[in-house]
Amino acid sequence: MRRYFFRKLLVYGLTFFVAVTVNWMIPRFMPGDPVAGMVARANVTQPQAVAAMRAYYTELFGFDRPLWQQYVNFWGAMLRGDFGLSIWLFPTPVSTVIGNAVPYTLALVVPSVLLSWVVGNWFGAYAARRRALDNTVLPVGYILTATPYMWLAVLLAWGLGVVAGWFPVAGGYSFALQPTWSATFLLNLVHHWTLPFLSLFLVALGGWAIGMRNMIIYELESDYANYLSALGAPARLIRRYAFRNAVLPQITGLALQLGVIVAGALVTEIVFAYPGLGSLILKAIQNQDFFLLQGTFLFIVLGVLIANFIIDIVYVVVDPRTRAGMAGANA
Amino acid sequence: MTALQEAAPRPREGVRREALYFAVRNGKLLTGFGVVAVLLLAGLMGPLLTDVPPNQYGPRPMSPPSAEHWFGTTTFGQDVFTQFVHGLRSTFLVGAIGGGVAAVIGMFVGFVAGYRGGLVDEILSMLTNIVLVIPALAVLLIINAYLGLRSVALQGLFIGLTQWPWAARAIRAQTFSLRSREFVDLARMSGSGTLRIISREVAPNMSSYLFMTFILLFGGSILIASSLDFIGLGPTDAVSLGLMLQNATQWSALQLGMWWWFVPPGAAITAVVGALYVANVGLDEVFNPKLREL
Amino acid sequence: MSLRVSELRVVYRTLKGDVHALDGVTFGLADGEILGLVGESGCGKSTLGKSLIRMDGRMRHLGGTAVLDDEELPIGDDRRMNEFRFKRVSLIPQYAMSALNPTRRIRKLVAELLRSRGVALDAAELESRMAQVGLPPDVLGRYPIELSGGMRQRVVMVISTLLDPSLLIADEVTSALDVSTQKAVVRALLGFRDRGYVKSMIFITHDLALTHHLADTIMVMYAGRLVEKAPADVIVQAPRHPYTRLLLDALPEVGVRHADRRLTGIPGSPPQLLDPPAGCRFRARCPVADDRCAEDPPVTALASDHHVACWKA
Repeated sequence: MRRYFFRKLLVYGLTFFVAVTVNWMIPRFMPGDPVAGMVARANVTQPQAVAAMRAYYTELFGFDRPLWQQYVNFWGAMLRGDFGLSIWLFPTPVSTVIGNAVPYTLALVVPSVLLSWVVGNWFGAYAARRRALDNTVLPVGYILTATPYMWLAVLLAWGLGVVAGWFPVAGGYSFALQPTWSATFLLNLVHHWTLPFLSLFLVALGGWAIGMRNMIIYELESDYANYLSALGAPARLIRRYAFRNAVLPQITGLALQLGVIVAGALVTEIVFAYPGLGSLILKAIQNQDFFLLQGTFLFIVLGVLIANFIIDIVYVVVDPRTRAGMAGANA
Repeated sequence: MTALQEAAPRPREGVRREALYFAVRNGKLLTGFGVVAVLLLAGLMGPLLTDVPPNQYGPRPMSPPSAEHWFGTTTFGQDVFTQFVHGLRSTFLVGAIGGGVAAVIGMFVGFVAGYRGGLVDEILSMLTNIVLVIPALAVLLIINAYLGLRSVALQGLFIGLTQWPWAARAIRAQTFSLRSREFVDLARMSGSGTLRIISREVAPNMSSYLFMTFILLFGGSILIASSLDFIGLGPTDAVSLGLMLQNATQWSALQLGMWWWFVPPGAAITAVVGALYVANVGLDEVFNPKLREL
Repeated sequence: MSLRVSELRVVYRTLKGDVHALDGVTFGLADGEILGLVGESGCGKSTLGKSLIRMDGRMRHLGGTAVLDDEELPIGDDRRMNEFRFKRVSLIPQYAMSALNPTRRIRKLVAELLRSRGVALDAAELESRMAQVGLPPDVLGRYPIELSGGMRQRVVMVISTLLDPSLLIADEVTSALDVSTQKAVVRALLGFRDRGYVKSMIFITHDLALTHHLADTIMVMYAGRLVEKAPADVIVQAPRHPYTRLLLDALPEVGVRHADRRLTGIPGSPPQLLDPPAGCRFRARCPVADDRCAEDPPVTALASDHHVACWKA
């Protein structure tokens, strides 16, 4: 088990290292003079912003210094939480801009991932080998999982927002309100949150339902299921075992799907102009705010790595085989 | 069915004929490939039927579907149907390039890691796991934003470079289980090289699996490309379905009720990817006797 | 008479049509008797075993009956058959080594299985039966993956016989084992019978030599039909059916293990059961066949306990 965690941590550590290095390399090995190029592309009108940017870029890149020192400095700044200044919201530090957006993204991603996983697994397990249900769950599941996140978001925004008028289609809360801990504000927050959440939840749901259905069928074909049937064990018991065993690969699947779901959250936020990391990325791209983009990138990678590690811990708790030290060595 | 399975393995040709027998009777497979074929045909033939460039402004903006404009027009009077068929073309192209590149890398890494084992396997698996946990879209965002890659082919290439890890892992596991089978042992003892064994003995024995992997990679590449396009990092040299969605939301098609602008591109992506997935289930049933329903 | 099977006919549904895997088999099994069921791959021996406890999805019961302790088994009715399974008829499957749910400790697995059948777990009895097959009590607290293949098989043997079934079907339980382990399994099975855990047993195998050590009676099957049935010693020393003789000749010597080998000593292969030929099914490979064999040979009793289906016997 110690070996299992050691390998996992090694992979995550290396991943973070690679992500940071890529982040450092890309602006440096871009064709042309990066400072001039970026300042020009930033297209900022405020003169003090241009000056500060040029100073900042030169300072940051430090082209007079050797490459290794630039690299070390880059790490140093990052570890101090210094991601630079945002150009779009000049002169707010990138870390502050991201810090303001993260709660919104988490509020969207965490519930939709967990709920879609639970409900999808339940649906899929229930539908497997029940002909009538299977024939509806399967096609619906495939359609949902094939739907681009932003398209379902657009459809929901249009149908339930614009046409029906039940939900607002833009923003994290009404602009008329000031963020407070009042009931009015919280209700307003939930009201704005509902559609983006629903959209993320539904697309993810399809994938889990199908995955679970296939896993259950596989488990019901297995030797232990046949043996139990031969001994007259009720289908209920066999299904319970099958479910329990099929959930394990679904936990691994959760780790694998995180990146896709986070990507889905980003585009969903853009559709609803929801003030999370997705909207930040859009703004960063539109405003050529590379510090903001790079900061957001690192933050997303870090978040996914932490989530992966949490899932690993959960897996060890749930699968007796990893604790028995027999399996799980193949990280 | 122990008694009958003990019988001598059937010759490969028999298996193939049996697969074909099931294939032409499998509703999922036929529907899936049917839908893909129709849309592919629309993407290939559609642009030939109209000589209007897809982004050309027209005189009648914001008009709903009519005999003249089958899918209506955009705020700028562009014909949505023309954009749609051009977009389909880009979508298939990005799927083919992204899926192809990912399949090639995934197969190479998976075969070599699974067949060679040992240190080679350790290193390749580590590499696979690292690329696997980095969120692909985030990497593509950074790369595309900085390098300004704005052609469909390059977009497909970079998507392929991020999509291969799960395929490599799956193929590695399959290769691993084939490695110790008699026919591979036989080939090894008769002095065949690694590459030859992989291409002659290992790959043909999992060809159906490889094909299904490619289909999933194809669909995945289309989805991730549409997300990139939607964020604003789409191709500048072509129309794509994701770009259509981006333009529709950017120019307030929702608020203006111009459903014909944002429904077709999303529906087409869903149809292509969904049909591929369904066809894949069908293929699985064809090649895996346990899943066949009598 | 513990079990009485008459004219049992079972087919496999396939795309090309029905495969007549079991085509009218009649035999009896006395209390305390161990019947060795022998034959080549595809002769219907496993089909017979499955039919008596649980048919898989592709099998259909066409006709015939199986009466266990004066009660007819509802062979074709999966639901009604459930009442008999485990309590009256039980199975040690061929796949015994993978027959345990990997994510349950043995003790919990057994308890849950028993509870689902409305029986309370007698922990002391379970431990004593484990001990009889040489399993220490701490095995109960382990997960199946923590046990060796042989241990898992013994656990399955104990579980299957826990409710003292009338009939135990042991399907190719020794095929994957080495010789010394085979001996241990055979000893354990004999112990089950001698202690009265099981009343009678059908031991399905393709290993004629091993069967001889265990079985009281041996029944040879060919192409879905009974060929010869007699006390084990009679089958080995004085077989009457040409097929039985050829089977014995194919053995290097009795007592030497002769597992998976195909019977190269007998030229030709068994007939297609999709559309079985008329007459004696062994005719095409039989060294003594003549025109008379174009007619189906009836199963005749040479002695009260010796039945043969051959015109020449």
